[in-house]
Amino acid sequence: MEDEVRIPITSDADLVPARAEGRALANSLGFSRTDATLIATAISEVARNIVVHAGCGEILMRPQREHDRYGLVIIARDAGPGIRETEAVLERGYTSRAGLGLGLPGARRLMDEFHIVSELGKGTTVTMTKWRFRDELERLRDKRHRRG
Amino acid sequence: MDFENSGVAQPRLPAPAIETSLLHELIAYLRENRTNLREQWVRRITDTRLLRVMTPEEIFSEVTAVYENYVDALETGSVETLQAYARDLSERIIPRGVETHEVLGIVLLLRDVLARALFVKYQHDTDLLTRILDAYEPAANRIAVTVGVSFVEERERVIREQQEAIRELSTPVLQVRERLLILPIIGVLDSPRARQLTEQLLSAIQSNRAKVVVIDITGVATIDVTVANHLVQAVEASRLMGASAIITGLSSKIAQTLVDLGVDLSMMKTVGDLQGGLEEAERVLGYRPMAKGASASEAAG
Amino acid sequence: MSVAILRERDYLIASIQSDLTDAEVLELRDTLSERVGRYRARGIVVDVTALDVIDSFVARSLGSIAVTARLRGAETVIVGIQPDVAIAMVQFDLDLEPLRTALDLDEALTLLDRRTQGDGEDGG
Ligand SMILES: Nc1ncnc2c1ncn2[C@@H]1O[C@H](COP(=O)(O)OP(=O)(O)OP(=O)(O)O)[C@@H](O)[C@H]1O
Ligand SMILES: [Mg+2]
Repeated sequence: MEDEVRIPITSDADLVPARAEGRALANSLGFSRTDATLIATAISEVARNIVVHAGCGEILMRPQREHDRYGLVIIARDAGPGIRETEAVLERGYTSRAGLGLGLPGARRLMDEFHIVSELGKGTTVTMTKWRFRDELERLRDKRHRRG
Repeated sequence: MDFENSGVAQPRLPAPAIETSLLHELIAYLRENRTNLREQWVRRITDTRLLRVMTPEEIFSEVTAVYENYVDALETGSVETLQAYARDLSERIIPRGVETHEVLGIVLLLRDVLARALFVKYQHDTDLLTRILDAYEPAANRIAVTVGVSFVEERERVIREQQEAIRELSTPVLQVRERLLILPIIGVLDSPRARQLTEQLLSAIQSNRAKVVVIDITGVATIDVTVANHLVQAVEASRLMGASAIITGLSSKIAQTLVDLGVDLSMMKTVGDLQGGLEEAERVLGYRPMAKGASASEAAG
Repeated sequence: MSVAILRERDYLIASIQSDLTDAEVLELRDTLSERVGRYRARGIVVDVTALDVIDSFVARSLGSIAVTARLRGAETVIVGIQPDVAIAMVQFDLDLEPLRTALDLDEALTLLDRRTQGDGEDGG
C-alpha cells in the first residue's frame, strides 16, 4: 500500500521519529488527538522493546481504510532472540531484564487488537491495530467535501 | 439511509444514445428559449404550490441557476456541478423547512416542462421526436435522481450534525466559580460516552485552570464495571493534570455494585450529595470552612 | 539538550522543550539529581507541557527523579501533563503514585511553598 510507513529501529533515538510518524499517520486517518496519543505511546513501547531486547528491527505503520471504519496497523518486527512464552509477556510484571514488564500489557490496553508471534532465535513480530468507526455523519460529510 | 452503494449518485450519465449533432441542437434550443422555458417552470412551481416558504425573487434566482446547471449537465454528461449546486441549495433551504417532496417535485416539473417543449418542437417528425426523447429521458431522470439524493443526504447530514451538537450540549462542564467545575452526568453512561465525557472534562480543566472538579452522578441509574473503571480513570487523569476530583451522588446501590465488582475506589473522594460536594470543593480551594452538614470522606488517605 | 533548567529561589525548574530520547531522559534525571545536591534545592518542578507522549519509560524516570530528590530533601512536582497524555497514562495502568502534579508552574510553586513551609498536608 502506498501510504505505508517504515521506520528502521536501531537505537533509542529512533523512537522519536517512530512516535512522530505514528501520530501524523493517525491524524491523517482522522483519529482523535487522544487516540493518536494512545497509538504513539504504544508504538514507543514496542519500539523500545526492539532496542532493549532485540537490538534492532523495524516498525511498519499501515493505514487500513474500510467503508465504516479506518484503522492503523502497527507492526514491530525484529530478528532478535524471540520470546519464550508469548502468553506470559502479556501479563503485567513479566520481564526478562531489569524492566518492570509493563510495556507489552500496557501497549495492549491502548490498542484494540494485539498479537505477538515469536520464535526463539528467529525473532519477534508484534502486530497491533487501533480502529476508528466512521458513522453516517462522517460519510455524509466526506461526500460533501469530495466534489469538483 | 445509505446511498453509497446504490449507484445513483455516480457523477456520470450513461453514454448518450444520441448523435452529437442532435444533442447540440437540443441544447441550443434549450438555451435559446431559456427565458420562456424558465418562466413556464416557475409558473408550474407556483401553481403546484411548491416552495411556498420562498419569495418569488428567491425562486427566480434559484430556478435560473438550476436551469443552467441542468442544461450543462445534459451537454457534458457530468452531473458534478449540478450535484454541488444541489447540496449548497439544500443547505440553504433545509433550515427554512423545504421538504423532500418539494425538491423532487420541482425537478420533475422541469423535466416535464422541457419534455413538452421538445414534443411541441419536434411533433412534425415522430421518428426524430422519439430519438430525441429516448436520449433525453434517461439523462433527465438521472439528473432528477441526483438532485433528490443530494437533498436527502444533505438533510440527513444536517439532522445528524444537530444530534451531535445536542449530545455535546447535554453534558456541559459548568464552571461554578473560579477554578471549580461541575460535571453533572445524566442518563445512560456507556463506554463511548464515558470516554467523551472524560475528554471534555480534561480539556475544561485545562482551559479553566480548574483545581477541583465535582463529578455528580446523581442522574446515573446503573453502572457496569467498564464504566466504573472509566470513572476511576477520569478521576486519576484529572489528578495528573493537577485537579482533584470529588464524586457526588453515588447511590448506595451503585456504591454496592462497585464494591461487588471489585472496582478500586480508594483513590476516589466521594461526598454524599452535590451540595456537600461543592462545600468540600470550596474548602479545598480555601474559600471558607467546611459547612456543618457536609461529611466528606476520603476512602484512603 | 532539549531541556532548560533554571533556578528560582530554592527550586529547580526543568522545562522540557521537545520530545526526548531515552538517553536525554536519563541525562535529565542525572542532572537534576546532581543539581539538587549542589544547590541544596528544596523543590523541583518538571514542566512536561511539550511532551506529547509519556510512556512507561518516561513515567518511570519522572518517578525516579521524584524518589531520588526526596531522599535529598526535595519535593518534585510535575506540571503541564496534557489531557490526551493523562488519558494514555491512566489507560496504560502505570504506577503513578510517586508523581505529584500541578496544573502549571504557578500552581506548582504555590504547592512547593506550602510543603516546604512545613504544613505539607493536602495533595495535588
Ligand atoms: N522484541 C522482543 N524481543 C525479544 N523479547 C522481547 C521483545 N519484546 C518483549 N520481549 C520480552 O517480553 C518481556 C516483556 O516485555 P515488556 O515490554 O512487557 O516488559 P519489559 O520490556 O521487560 O519492561 P518495561 O517495558 O516495563 O520496561 C521482556 O522482558 C522480554 O523478555
Ligand atoms: Mg518493554
